[in-house]
Amino acid sequence: MAASESINLTAVKRDPTFGDRLTPAGHLLRTCIQCGTCTASCPSAAAMDISPRQMWRMVQLGLEDQVLHSKTLWLCSVCYECHVRCPRGIPLTETIAKLKQLAIRKEIKEWRESTTFYKIFSDVMRRYGRMREMEFMARYFMLTNPFAALGYANMGLTMFRRGKLRPEIPQLTGEGRLDKLFKRVAELEAQP
Amino acid sequence: MKYLFYPGCSMDASALEYQTSMLAVLKTLGAEVQELDDWTCCGASIAPVMSDLLGLAMPARNLALAEKQGRGQELLVGCSACYTNFGRVTAAAANPATLTKINQALEVEGLVYRRTAKARHLLDALANDFGPEMIKSHVKRPLTGLTVAPYYGCQTVRPYAKYDDAQHPTSMARILEALGATVHSHAHEATCCGTALLTTKPHVGLEIVGEILQAASPADCIAAVCPMCHMNLDSYQDKVSGVLGQRIRIPVLFLPQLIGLAFGLPESDLLLKREVVPVAPVRAKLASEANKQPAPAAPAG
Repeated sequence: MAASESINLTAVKRDPTFGDRLTPAGHLLRTCIQCGTCTASCPSAAAMDISPRQMWRMVQLGLEDQVLHSKTLWLCSVCYECHVRCPRGIPLTETIAKLKQLAIRKEIKEWRESTTFYKIFSDVMRRYGRMREMEFMARYFMLTNPFAALGYANMGLTMFRRGKLRPEIPQLTGEGRLDKLFKRVAELEAQP
Repeated sequence: MKYLFYPGCSMDASALEYQTSMLAVLKTLGAEVQELDDWTCCGASIAPVMSDLLGLAMPARNLALAEKQGRGQELLVGCSACYTNFGRVTAAAANPATLTKINQALEVEGLVYRRTAKARHLLDALANDFGPEMIKSHVKRPLTGLTVAPYYGCQTVRPYAKYDDAQHPTSMARILEALGATVHSHAHEATCCGTALLTTKPHVGLEIVGEILQAASPADCIAAVCPMCHMNLDSYQDKVSGVLGQRIRIPVLFLPQLIGLAFGLPESDLLLKREVVPVAPVRAKLASEANKQPAPAAPAG
């Protein structure tokens, strides 16, 4: 949706518990006074479809679908500027992580270039226990936009020459370094 | 001073020069540094998005290792994202139910997190455990005539850091002054570098980096204290120049590389050739300044 669009609140599906489910902030989101400090502080606000202030109001109103489908979540670079400036002390940045979590679980398709980034990164962590930048970037561009990779060819070559990129042979089979931890975490998260 | 050291994924790969120069500088300052054995990724900003518990278990695993391997030393961290994750899990685990859940997860790794390990950012250690005065006493080739723009980035100073102001930090400027450099203060010292947006939303990320580089540009170089910030500011300058329609080219060094230059450490300790934007103009400026002036007096003490 665009910032200027209006929403008919009586006609649209709403879930008033939405904000409260976003731990760790929980009920704190109800205390948002819509001052707009978050929007004014956000380095990416200009590129968002809904501003951070508008998004938190939509969370208060229970507009879960509209929030989870917005581009806004994926433009958060986790800089904690809104978080430290919020006059209500709401941990906004970490609440956005929770919104991203829900959007990934609901397999929302619009922002695949972002959700794919998280999924592949997570898979590389599980498999090797550490980041492998080259394999990660190769898999990321393969699944999102192989042609975009060409735009990075020059930069990649320079970084390779400087010894910044280390080629490593991918090991895509066999047990991953953190398989056990990931599995246990999933089991514990599934408990009521 | 004795520390355990958590390199994190970037410092061990693309930002190896940060690790190498940091260890060399700490050695010169007389610190004993022992790398954490068997460390794994802190989870970056990714694990908390995959699940709440994964976002806590990944950093907690490393803190539990530090508690097991150390004898009470603090855990030194050079990457601001790792540092933030350690701060986040330490804060979250103050809740006993959360701590229990973290330890139920760590059981499969044979580890227990007791919440006694303390992570310190390298900048915090340099500014407060050693301090500008002590750093100054090791300076052999002052950075006189070199103008440096400090760049803290975001997670270096917020939200869990307690050693400096979260929005207007000064600890790096005091160190740079101790090295003899001129500090170029600017409005983007503690703004965000755009992190992963450079990959996922390049048009947005490049503008963010462009603003920082423009603000810093009157300086001869930028000083960074985070591998992610460094990568974004150093590697994308060609692309940023394209977006801005204006050529930007400013070397980006890690703070310990600048300290090492002032300490007179050899290239094998500084690895300045790894920077994407060549550091040669910085060296040239220092050389021409050194020729201008009489040899610096030996530092007092």
